[in-house]
Amino acid sequence: MLQLVIFLVFGALCVAGAVNLLVQRHPINSALSLIVVMASLAVEFLLLGAEFVAAVQVIIYAGAIMVLFVFVIMLLNAGEEEATKGSRVAMLLGVPAVVVGSGLVAWVLVEHSSAQSAEALLGAPRTIGWMLFHEFLLPFEITSVLVLIAIIGAVVLASRLDTSTPEPGSRAAQLDKMGSVGQLREAGSPVEPVGAQNRRQG
Amino acid sequence: MLSVTTFVIVSVIKTVIAIFVLLTAVAYSVWLERKVVGHIQNRWGPTRVGPFGLLQPLADGVKFLMKEDLTPPYVYKPLYIAAPMIAVIFALTSIAVIPVGNWVNIGSIQTPLQITDVNIGLLIVLGITSMGVYGVALAGWSSNSKYSLLGSLRASAQMVSYEIALGLSLIGVLIMSGSFSLREIVDAQAGHFWGFIPNWNVFRGQEVAFFIYLMAAFAETNRVPFDLPEAETELVAGYHTEYSAMKFAMFFMAEYANMITVACLASLLFLGGWHGPLFGPHILQEILPLFWFFLRVFGFLFLYIWIRGTLPRFRYDQLMNFGWKFLFPLAVTNLVITALIVALKS
Amino acid sequence: MVPLSYYLVLSGILFACGVTGFLIKRNIITIFMSIELMLNGVNLSFVAFAAHWHLLSGQVFVFFVMVVAAAEAAVGLAIIIAVQRNRETLNVDRVNLLKL
Repeated sequence: MLQLVIFLVFGALCVAGAVNLLVQRHPINSALSLIVVMASLAVEFLLLGAEFVAAVQVIIYAGAIMVLFVFVIMLLNAGEEEATKGSRVAMLLGVPAVVVGSGLVAWVLVEHSSAQSAEALLGAPRTIGWMLFHEFLLPFEITSVLVLIAIIGAVVLASRLDTSTPEPGSRAAQLDKMGSVGQLREAGSPVEPVGAQNRRQG
Repeated sequence: MLSVTTFVIVSVIKTVIAIFVLLTAVAYSVWLERKVVGHIQNRWGPTRVGPFGLLQPLADGVKFLMKEDLTPPYVYKPLYIAAPMIAVIFALTSIAVIPVGNWVNIGSIQTPLQITDVNIGLLIVLGITSMGVYGVALAGWSSNSKYSLLGSLRASAQMVSYEIALGLSLIGVLIMSGSFSLREIVDAQAGHFWGFIPNWNVFRGQEVAFFIYLMAAFAETNRVPFDLPEAETELVAGYHTEYSAMKFAMFFMAEYANMITVACLASLLFLGGWHGPLFGPHILQEILPLFWFFLRVFGFLFLYIWIRGTLPRFRYDQLMNFGWKFLFPLAVTNLVITALIVALKS
Repeated sequence: MVPLSYYLVLSGILFACGVTGFLIKRNIITIFMSIELMLNGVNLSFVAFAAHWHLLSGQVFVFFVMVVAAAEAAVGLAIIIAVQRNRETLNVDRVNLLKL
């Protein structure tokens, strides 16, 4: 009984956070709603007995990945979102479609899945560690290589690419001074002036 | 086993006592810092308010409550008000899994001197430390000022970088104790070896891990020598530039509460928790573990304050180099060597 | 006790919210966060089934999903920073130079 109450309270918090992520216009509010969703999901994991997974969810997902998101939002000074023509069409047609679709899926799940309760399966760190190093050793090693690739990729992508400064007066230096938007404009493509979009928002 | 109502009532009482003790400890660690730093700098600390300045925290509390709480008009209000609350909440929450003594018998009720003994206590403390970064990051960004933003970016990048070395240094302890539960880690450090040396983790092979933990914890709590993000001469006041009165007091409290949590964890994980010589009548034997624990925590707080009065601060790039290029490889090496030794022994 | 279907319905709702966010939002960072929401919904499904069938593999797989999500978030955010640096915008509708 207590488990049902806890499930409903934190499930409602999850759904409220998810809907708030969609409704909010400023990305920082969406990021904070996502953190609320992740924390409530950690409680749901605890209800299912997955204590190690719940702790890792808080430490890694809510405590590191979302910090990365918040950093990027702070650094790039993301402003409020504007609703373009495409997004208005998507909202008008898409939201009812997704509601109907997920309602259908939920109805099928409730009707056809067994009514037996999901008792907690204690996921002690020791047993999970054992499985990670015995049955799941190959995926473990491959994901470690994947993380290494991601680290190198992120550092390379986010660094500035102009490691060599061209000599002053050359064509390369002139292009450097114009920047990428200026180069496009010189090539004749219809690029808006820098900051026009920010000005339009403000 | 206790009935549900008894359990709830006992837990509520323990929580109230723990929060009260923690907040008093925070207030008096501020007093201790001012006195000790004052004596290091060859001056008295606070002496006027009460004997030895002992009522100074009370006066400070009244001052903070009565100051004008100024909210600048250009801040992003929801996060500006929420950020100090987030910082304080996560600073105070980790007391829930920290044990201070053995099981005690009060009347007919047996209860541990800990609010709750979870199987994954160490992971919970690490998780709360990770979430504490948000208070700093959101405070600086919502203040909408360049000093605050720079200070908070530096502080949060520093905290995130040193979390890695912190976690890795604790894994050595984990391997030696075989459990995440803080009570079991302390219980594994009972007894002596070679006759008189206590069986603490710091003497059993985790010396390097102890120093890595100390340095990483100093950086996590933004204390000297890693306190560039809140140094007055660098960035006005870093991420709490735009805060006044009670909100600033909340950041202050959060910093000292983090210090106390770090001191408690270091005592539990490396210095044997509450183990110490027990003597005397039965009631004294119940109180003595508490006393030994507080002695260790006090020692760590004194160490924190002593280092604050003595060392200059790191420059930011020196700080990040130290965390990534020295502490992190050292922590990984310590982990590998500990794992090898434990595996070869068993 | 909580039936398995309740957990699956919650997971489905989170996934649907993630899909909706991915389709209707125009800010790159918010789209990215909708992807993370979808991954979280799937994690809940994994853990619920692990409890139902008494297999611990479900919980181990959540671990791998989280690691992959972390790697993807790091690289994706680096790409977002590169896009902002080159196109001065975070609106996906304006990154359209390759359109015919």
